[in-house]
Amino acid sequence: MSDVLVTMEGIEKSFPGVHALSQCQFELRKGEVHALVGENGAGKSTMMKVLAGVYTKDSGRVIYKGKEVDIHTPRAAQLLGISMIHQELNLMPHLTVAQNIFIGREPRQSVKFVLDDKAINDNTQQLLDMLHLKIDPRTKVADLTVAKQQMVEIAKALSFNSEVLIMDEPTAALTEAEIDELFRIIRRLREQGVGTVYITHRLEELFMISDRVTVMRDGQYVGTVNTTETNRDEIIRMMVGRTIYEAAPDIPQNGQQDKLLEVKNLNRGRVLKDINFYLKRGEILGFAGLMGAGRTEVARAIFGADPIDSGEIYIQGKKVHIKSPSDAVRYGIGYLSEDRKRYGLTLGMDVEANVVLAAFKKFLGFLGVVNNSRTRMTADEFVRTLSIKTPSLKQKVKNLSGGNQQKLVVAKWLIADTDILIFDEPTRGIDVGAKSEIYKLLNDLAHQGKAIIMISSELPEILRMSHRIIVMCEGRITGELSSAEATQEKIMKYATERGGIIQADDAPVPAAYSEVGNV
Amino acid sequence: MDISVATPKALPRSLFRSDATQRILAFTALIVLIVVFSLASPNFLQFNNIIGILLATAVNGVLALGVTFVIITGGIDLSIGTVMTFSAVMTGVFITFWQLPIPVGLIGGIATGAFAGFINGVVIAKMKIPPFIATLGMMYVAKGLSLVISNLKPIYFNDTPEFRQIVMGSALGSIFPQAQVLQIPNAVLFLFGAALIASFILGRTILGRYTFALGSNEEATRLSGVNVARWKIAVYALGGTFAGLGGVMMASRLNSAQPALGQGYELDAIAAVVIGGTSLSGGEGTIMGTIIGAFVMSVLVNGLRILSVPQEWQTVVTGAIVILAVYLDILRRRKS
Repeated sequence: MSDVLVTMEGIEKSFPGVHALSQCQFELRKGEVHALVGENGAGKSTMMKVLAGVYTKDSGRVIYKGKEVDIHTPRAAQLLGISMIHQELNLMPHLTVAQNIFIGREPRQSVKFVLDDKAINDNTQQLLDMLHLKIDPRTKVADLTVAKQQMVEIAKALSFNSEVLIMDEPTAALTEAEIDELFRIIRRLREQGVGTVYITHRLEELFMISDRVTVMRDGQYVGTVNTTETNRDEIIRMMVGRTIYEAAPDIPQNGQQDKLLEVKNLNRGRVLKDINFYLKRGEILGFAGLMGAGRTEVARAIFGADPIDSGEIYIQGKKVHIKSPSDAVRYGIGYLSEDRKRYGLTLGMDVEANVVLAAFKKFLGFLGVVNNSRTRMTADEFVRTLSIKTPSLKQKVKNLSGGNQQKLVVAKWLIADTDILIFDEPTRGIDVGAKSEIYKLLNDLAHQGKAIIMISSELPEILRMSHRIIVMCEGRITGELSSAEATQEKIMKYATERGGIIQADDAPVPAAYSEVGNV
Repeated sequence: MDISVATPKALPRSLFRSDATQRILAFTALIVLIVVFSLASPNFLQFNNIIGILLATAVNGVLALGVTFVIITGGIDLSIGTVMTFSAVMTGVFITFWQLPIPVGLIGGIATGAFAGFINGVVIAKMKIPPFIATLGMMYVAKGLSLVISNLKPIYFNDTPEFRQIVMGSALGSIFPQAQVLQIPNAVLFLFGAALIASFILGRTILGRYTFALGSNEEATRLSGVNVARWKIAVYALGGTFAGLGGVMMASRLNSAQPALGQGYELDAIAAVVIGGTSLSGGEGTIMGTIIGAFVMSVLVNGLRILSVPQEWQTVVTGAIVILAVYLDILRRRKS
């Protein structure tokens, strides 16, 4: 038993509206790669954030090297030797690679207040050499590709002499070659006795790299198995547990062939290049791709949220100029942001107020007075038709679950008479059970003749829901697949089809940070 | 293929990277202003006028140094103008009312500013009140305290004539009495001395590093185990320290602490910082840029006065320049 590094048991964690972890357990041994798998929203990241001190557990025990510990801050975790590389990169884009790696524990000169930049750069160079990374410690992080930024994060975690290294979906934005490089590093760490937790939902990877696999589902522990004694099917069975999704959608090829929306030669800086596609009435068009592929940017460009450099947008065959979201709404386009809490809802207000907010004008009577009985009737009607679960119309929206919040956003746009609905990651952060309801809602809307664009990073979701799939990579459309021909493999092939020649002399924009810069 | 499109785009991007652009622009603007004003009026390049510009830049420049740190963290400090006055009043209290030795009075004045900044930092970092509101509150608190303590009247330093010499005397001039060029008041030395210290702190010390880190990505800084609250407090305290120094310099220059003065100085300082290329969204900025920005402001005001432009119009022009500087910052940001 002496080789057990970490034992977590009876872990409980709740967020407002979501019971994220319930009686969860996990064990990590010295020198093992322990894969943690489960669908999105299963609680993998939350569990590990408890270990890394990002979240504080509600109850349960964490035992580290034989002693019970209470980890309240990331710093406390790091000092114990527990480092986590987060899914969303945590770097300071304006600082150099070396400055990022040594943030919080910079080597000082004899005067304690003064930095020793030479030592910072030299130590970083050594660290990078050890990992065989060709990065100059003095480069600003904003000037690196996303993959290189990830490598910097790994170097940073290793520089702590960590005994526990947690990686949350480290390969999401990496190419094959970069993944091989990452695995090489992980294997070397394993030889040195580091315990690695590898969070992923790519099953093929865990068979390449892991020793044991723990499966989580709906915030609960399902089981732990040795990788050599299991197979893909068993793990999928553990992950899914029950049939959550409906069968593939009955695709309504109901003869509605008119193109409701058509986009021609859309360009925006380095983010979008030559985007061409159309959307038919009654159709669900899936947009697949890796993080930073430009899918959200397409949506924002159509919706008028970002200015475009060139390109034409046609609605029902008529050329339109959309310069702002209010133009887009007038043309019947609704955009449901991936971050509903920030852009989609006013959380502090009640259900009724949120539902009618986008179409407030409709409820104004004489002299601009709000007709309260009409707002109540309308809100009530939509809450029932979309089966939004809420104790009353006066319930504050922040107290609803993620799934019901999402439905509320849908209701909002339906009242505003939109024909084209763009869903950006519609099921992100939603309990698994509620997902199928969102899927049903999307199908119903398509049946009613709405045209839907669904941006999703979950391939099973894309495959199950879409009539047609457009795949993007680095700001370009690299492929289009019909639902009949689409497979996960084909989508991934297109999603990693990079620009080739353009890459050689023009480093790609690190998407994660070009956003930050615009704030 | 697209290569012909991509290459010309890539070139200017690497040339005009980061905050260097606006610094070069501000510097060019400064040169252009100097050339235009010296052509327009023979008085502009007179020795006395240059001394006047330097003196006018000294206090605003010192205030702007502190604000540079605060703005790089992505924050703002609206209180430095009245904190400057508060520090001046306290210096008067120490030296004139209590008759403490001048060095003690100086340190006390600077410490007053540091303390006000520290309180700003605590309110922002611990009570989580947005910097705009927290420092707006401090702006009024400091203004009110100055009026209460001074009983609405200026405090003069008539018993201590040496006090005025601190800023208005010329150390260089007394060492080299022959050299007319070196007869410059100490205030200018204070400005450049403070700028060197600020530059060292920003570029070479741990506080400077965290100033950038906070403005670049505060959450990532927190997750890296940095005590974000503590360093934020330190940054605002540093801003207050520079305001305290500005207050002492102001008192020395006027030979009095004027309790009604001060409001509006914070905006001049913020303007200097922004003109110098420090981004209002945080993460980038330089001391050199701020000094250039402070000179752009004072040269502009001085030149317009020499050309007999009424003061009301000088204010209008200053405001327009600030908006232009922020707009350039936004344009630069949008491009990348």
